[in-house]
Amino acid sequence: MTPLLRAEEISLRFGGLQALDRVSFDLYEGEVHSLVGHNGAGKTTFIRVLSGVYAPQEGRLLLRVGQELREVRFASPRDAQRHGIETIHQNLALADNLDAVANVFLGRERARRFSLDEEAMEAEARKVLERVGARLPSLRVPVHRLSGGQRQAVAIARALLFRARVLIMDEPTAALGPGETARVKALIRSLREEGLGIILISHDLHDVFNLSDRITVMKGGRVVGTVRARESSQEEVLGMILAGERKG
Amino acid sequence: MEAMRPLNQASRQEIGLHSQNLFLLLVLGVLWGVFHLLTLGQPGQFLSPQNLWNLSVQTAVVAILVGGMVLVIVARQIDLSVGSLLGFTGMAMALLQAVPPIGEGWPWPLALLVGLALGTGAGLLQGYLIAYLGAPSFIVTMAGLLVFRNAAYLIAEGRTIGPLQDGFLVLGGGLQGSIGPFWSWVVTLLALAYTLGAVWRGRWLRQRHGLPVRPLWLDGLLSLFLAGLFGGFLWVMNSFPHPVTGQGRGIPVPVLVALGVLIFLHWLSQRTRFGRYVYAIGGNPEAALLAGIPVRRIQVLVFGLMGLLSGLAGAVQAARLAFVPTGMGTLLELYVIAAAVVGGTSLAGGSGTILGAALGALIMSSLQNGLVLLGVPTEWQNLILGVVLVAAAVWNARFHRRRS
Repeated sequence: MTPLLRAEEISLRFGGLQALDRVSFDLYEGEVHSLVGHNGAGKTTFIRVLSGVYAPQEGRLLLRVGQELREVRFASPRDAQRHGIETIHQNLALADNLDAVANVFLGRERARRFSLDEEAMEAEARKVLERVGARLPSLRVPVHRLSGGQRQAVAIARALLFRARVLIMDEPTAALGPGETARVKALIRSLREEGLGIILISHDLHDVFNLSDRITVMKGGRVVGTVRARESSQEEVLGMILAGERKG
Repeated sequence: MEAMRPLNQASRQEIGLHSQNLFLLLVLGVLWGVFHLLTLGQPGQFLSPQNLWNLSVQTAVVAILVGGMVLVIVARQIDLSVGSLLGFTGMAMALLQAVPPIGEGWPWPLALLVGLALGTGAGLLQGYLIAYLGAPSFIVTMAGLLVFRNAAYLIAEGRTIGPLQDGFLVLGGGLQGSIGPFWSWVVTLLALAYTLGAVWRGRWLRQRHGLPVRPLWLDGLLSLFLAGLFGGFLWVMNSFPHPVTGQGRGIPVPVLVALGVLIFLHWLSQRTRFGRYVYAIGGNPEAALLAGIPVRRIQVLVFGLMGLLSGLAGAVQAARLAFVPTGMGTLLELYVIAAAVVGGTSLAGGSGTILGAALGALIMSSLQNGLVLLGVPTEWQNLILGVVLVAAAVWNARFHRRRS
């Protein structure tokens, strides 16, 4: 089977810092592939390459087109979105002063000839928020007035609005209570059933094992190794995170 | 977990009532009432067509600028150069009309265009230095304040320049500077028709999309309020007689310009991508960047817009004075920022409305106008304005703390 997305030997330096060192990674349809590692391991930097925020200095990004892989270069986050890669960034990356509708469509507003089509956007936002099971008091209050779970729902709705093929979630449950975490996890499973490829970054190894098909461990900007969740254990992955090498 | 409200019931925010702006309207009403009572029986009463007409002209220059300043501040920047840039562009337009370096007296429309282009160019340049070269806007525009003020002095060689051409003076709202009763009727009715159309069309569109709408009585009440507001405005403008013809003067051209600018900026801020992005940048610059918003380009454009408005305000101010002194517009940036703050704009960025700032400008100029009518000396006027500004800032801070 051809993967949805493949990264080959991606490298990125910020000044003297080697942020990413020949990172290779792939993701299949209907798969949850998690990235784990300490802070500063390069997880967030790597997904920012995948989502078009940073351009890699070396290496290639390939996306499936039809049945074959084709190299892509993203000039901007919007470019990545056009290719079906949607990202829910850590801290959700919402504009707190704008309402749910504006946040869901931020950067991709629907417009009539001269002005924004607020009514169409609100109607669509309402639908997609229902799909993610969100209950918002109002779509027209600034999102800083919403709870953590409601804000998370807005961020997810934003990612699902445009028929994503790849969904990247950076710490999606970090700011949530137990009930809201459970709902996000259920949503991840159902999106996986729908055939999306999901890249998940999480510090919670228990959740990671619960949700993932495969787990890739990073340390110091390098990939330590990739394991199948069913064939591995938390101890093994923890060992890889700490030691930076794969035992056995 | 909150329950979903029934879909046909709109919340206060969905109704579009901004408590902040309602409060400003209340403050303005109280202010006008108090000044009227205090000036009752004087030859210049506060609530008389003559005084309100004058008040509208006195507000025009700040009103032209304040909307641009709101966008600058919402985007987490500041522009201290507007007063100087207004002086510089006004001076340039005056020179070109009266004593140009090349040829004799350029036709005023050409001088106006050059002035607007100079303002826009200066704004874009400052925006470029801020957005692309990373210099803080406070410093860049403070330098602009020095540069443009002294450039105005240098190009005028220290002289006061005039007289300006008759066609240009129309912009200032003097004896020839109003559009007369008939055209005031036409403009007001068109504006009212457009505004009411927007209210009811919006309602119809929301219904068509199955979205919650305001209760019918509220839209009715709003329409009545708007009709009353526009009608009152028209009555005031047409009731102040022209000293020569004895006819009503009608809407002064500078007021027309200011209203046009404010309506345009309101639309720009609420209903376009550009406006949406300005607010997004102010609310969370990183989120804006991650959403693929061209943050730097938007920042440059915001300063370009502010420069254009400075040029426009420079033209109006020059036309009001007919002779342009080198110090024209000194300290004006402070009045403009003050009006924006009184109007509920937060210097932390991300929040502030054009409508609120327009009310803020009107409150500030009403204060000044009323205090003059009462014969309060200038020193006391400025002192009171300062106290009001601090009060507004404190109130803003409390308002924002309560919200977050």
